[in-house]
Amino acid sequence: MTVTRGESAKAPSPDARRSHVPADGTAGAAAVEQARKAMLNDTRPRRRTRIGADVVCEALILQGVDVFFSYPGGVILPLYDVLGDYPEIRHILVRHEQGGAHAADGYARVTGQVGVCMGTSGPGATNLVTGIGTALLDSIPMVAITGNVPGVLIGKDAFQEIDINGITLPMTKHNYLVRNADDLPRVFAEAFHIARTGRPGPVHIDITKDALQQETNAQHPTPEQVVAGLPGFRPNMDANGRQLKVAAAEIARARRPVILAGHGVLHAEAWDDLVAFAEKTQIPVAHTLLGIGAISEDHPLSYGFMGMHGWKHVNRAIQSADLLIAIGMRFDDRVTGNVRTYAPYARIVHVDIDPAEIGKNVAVEVPIVGDAGRVLRALLPMVAAVDPATRAPYFEELAEWRRESEGSSWHGSGAWRDGLLSADYVVARIGELTEHKATYVADVGQNQMWLARYAGFRQPNSHVSSGGLGTMGFSVPAAMGAALGRPDRETWAITGDGGFQMTSQELMTLVQDGIPVKIALFDNKKLGMIRQWQEIIYAGNYHSAHLQGPDYEKLADAYGIPAFRAQTPDQVDDAIRSAQAVDGPALIWFEIAEEQNIFPMMPAGKGLSDLIENWGGADE
Amino acid sequence: MSAESSGGWLRGAKPSTSESEKQLLAAPHSNGKAPIEAVGGLPAPATGPAHMAPPARALPGGGETRRHTLIAIVLDKPGVLNRVASLMRARNFNIDSLAVSHTDQPDVSRMTITLHGDDVAVEQAAKQLYRLIDVLKVQDVTSEPTVDHELALVKIRATDSNRAEILTIVELSKGRVVDLAGESVIVEVTGTETEVDAFVALVRTYGIKELVRTGAVVMSRGSASIEEAVKR
Repeated sequence: MTVTRGESAKAPSPDARRSHVPADGTAGAAAVEQARKAMLNDTRPRRRTRIGADVVCEALILQGVDVFFSYPGGVILPLYDVLGDYPEIRHILVRHEQGGAHAADGYARVTGQVGVCMGTSGPGATNLVTGIGTALLDSIPMVAITGNVPGVLIGKDAFQEIDINGITLPMTKHNYLVRNADDLPRVFAEAFHIARTGRPGPVHIDITKDALQQETNAQHPTPEQVVAGLPGFRPNMDANGRQLKVAAAEIARARRPVILAGHGVLHAEAWDDLVAFAEKTQIPVAHTLLGIGAISEDHPLSYGFMGMHGWKHVNRAIQSADLLIAIGMRFDDRVTGNVRTYAPYARIVHVDIDPAEIGKNVAVEVPIVGDAGRVLRALLPMVAAVDPATRAPYFEELAEWRRESEGSSWHGSGAWRDGLLSADYVVARIGELTEHKATYVADVGQNQMWLARYAGFRQPNSHVSSGGLGTMGFSVPAAMGAALGRPDRETWAITGDGGFQMTSQELMTLVQDGIPVKIALFDNKKLGMIRQWQEIIYAGNYHSAHLQGPDYEKLADAYGIPAFRAQTPDQVDDAIRSAQAVDGPALIWFEIAEEQNIFPMMPAGKGLSDLIENWGGADE
Repeated sequence: MSAESSGGWLRGAKPSTSESEKQLLAAPHSNGKAPIEAVGGLPAPATGPAHMAPPARALPGGGETRRHTLIAIVLDKPGVLNRVASLMRARNFNIDSLAVSHTDQPDVSRMTITLHGDDVAVEQAAKQLYRLIDVLKVQDVTSEPTVDHELALVKIRATDSNRAEILTIVELSKGRVVDLAGESVIVEVTGTETEVDAFVALVRTYGIKELVRTGAVVMSRGSASIEEAVKR
């Protein structure tokens, strides 16, 4: 079978970008298309004046937005009324606003650009909320736009009115309510600046219907004007020189140092700086869940994934380290476990762009506020080059630990108990057959941890995962955005049967807009992580862990998506290759062992030294 | 396999040899290497006798709790008070008092926030406040010399027989009668929180019908100015 890797991900033709026109080939669609062409060929001067909705479209174009994800509704219709005049913005009609928010999120994670999603007032806005929260917890640059009822109706409990501004206030980096079209240029410029500058995050703009309809001549501000208009927003990018000297002294003294690389390295696009720094100082690099890709996993100094379901050897290295150099990570409880017993011998150098992260979860010896890339570049000439030979005993020990822990949790034959399909093997095969060059989008739960540990990540921004909020249902919609953001890569959504059933409505969006996402559905007919916790922590009280699912082949077929099925290890490679060969979206139904656990596991509240490594079976 | 290419560990995993780890945990900084000395004036890492458990890591915010005063200079925009209040609630900080007013600069407001917490927790509160786009400057003035005043209005039950007595107390407490009625007086007192507390305790015996306090407003002594510091 020929593998058509990458071919399916061709750039959309200019015509395909006008996705707000039905593309179903029906007579109705043809009529609409005819009307659209007539409108485009209409070279007479525009007979209408510039309104707030035009300003929104202009602002999106000025900010470099080429695609956004939205769902129409009553009060946002003025915007849809003018959208046809701006063919350079591709509009993706999602099936649910949450899918739109996750898609914008996925787009932002693989491109480093601001993702944009939009919905109407009331339920449209509240449906975006989960996606906004996901972006907040993972520091994703996003602008979420909602319509609101006309200004005079605000506070009157009007139809589809909800105080969405009040709802998003604690879960955005900043938010706006715009009641006047003249404010729109400034607000949009500020929103994009805030979303992408310093520690990135979501910004929400709520616009009243009348503001979208008002005529306006307000001009878009220059970047300088935007900065001047935000006196309270001056992120500190460059580190304090004295702190850098202290950090260099700590590094020179350390005998068992470990670098903890987080999402901040990717946000700062500092992956090369990280590798240069690690190589010069010969310090092994462990990464957080969102720090995956900060260093290629085949780099000799890459040590692996830390935390609750991280590798035992990595957690062991952290627990025995004398110095942790934390870069762009925030000592989340999934990383530290019980803080009292975390890295008991280590002094900590903590680099983060957000001063509030430093000293929040763990007390640190050397706080450094700054952009990860700038800090690493400033620190590089201040540290001495270390001869790897001087670290030989340390490295030998780390290598030994690694051999032991990786070997004890791997099902290289593809089979778990009773010959059923082992999830770690499937993930590893996907990584291998995509040559580690795809974008891999995790859902939440066991599938997320299997992906993080076994796919083998080589490239920055190739791993997309809802780490902070842990949003089930994230995978398929986020993969949709990721595929549009990086059409040069294959995009794989790795999802469990639980998360898949939460947002599977977006399958139709994949079809309608021809978005070539490959979905690897790990079906254990369980809420796997729930079942694992119930088995280990709740004495096997499996309430609601069993999850029925549809016939996923038929489901995919109903959507017009080619589906493949693998139940035994020998079917895995064929299924993956078949999905790759599809020009467009495809689904693989992997029926995996129902009761496979992911080990090691650190029970909540315990420390990194208290890992559970197996449970009632030698083959886990 | 991906894993094989990074070291060939997939086949023939070796049995656990945790001897080195045991050694390490017993004496973390003497694992076949020279002990670590202090460099550049930094203290050496904590080490303990071999039989002792590893030292517990200090938790941020476990220190002694006291009353702190934060001054926040903020942009006078709609919702800024909501943002500050929402943040303090969401981050689990308990505000004792919050006073908001205009400043001499247009579009700039000043908040005086008093809260209880240890130094690290309050520093965290200040840092979180800084994350708000509308917040220009936050200063913890707890350890600085300040003028720290609040104003209270107290409506005290008064009768013909004790009115004179109440008025004497008011006069001695440097209070001011702002309303006299048949069965009550309203007294305005200003001073530190403690002074106002003392006055309220003193007149409670007569019966307090109503009490309102502004919460502390605080200004650093000397010529330094937090408002001038944020002027662009």
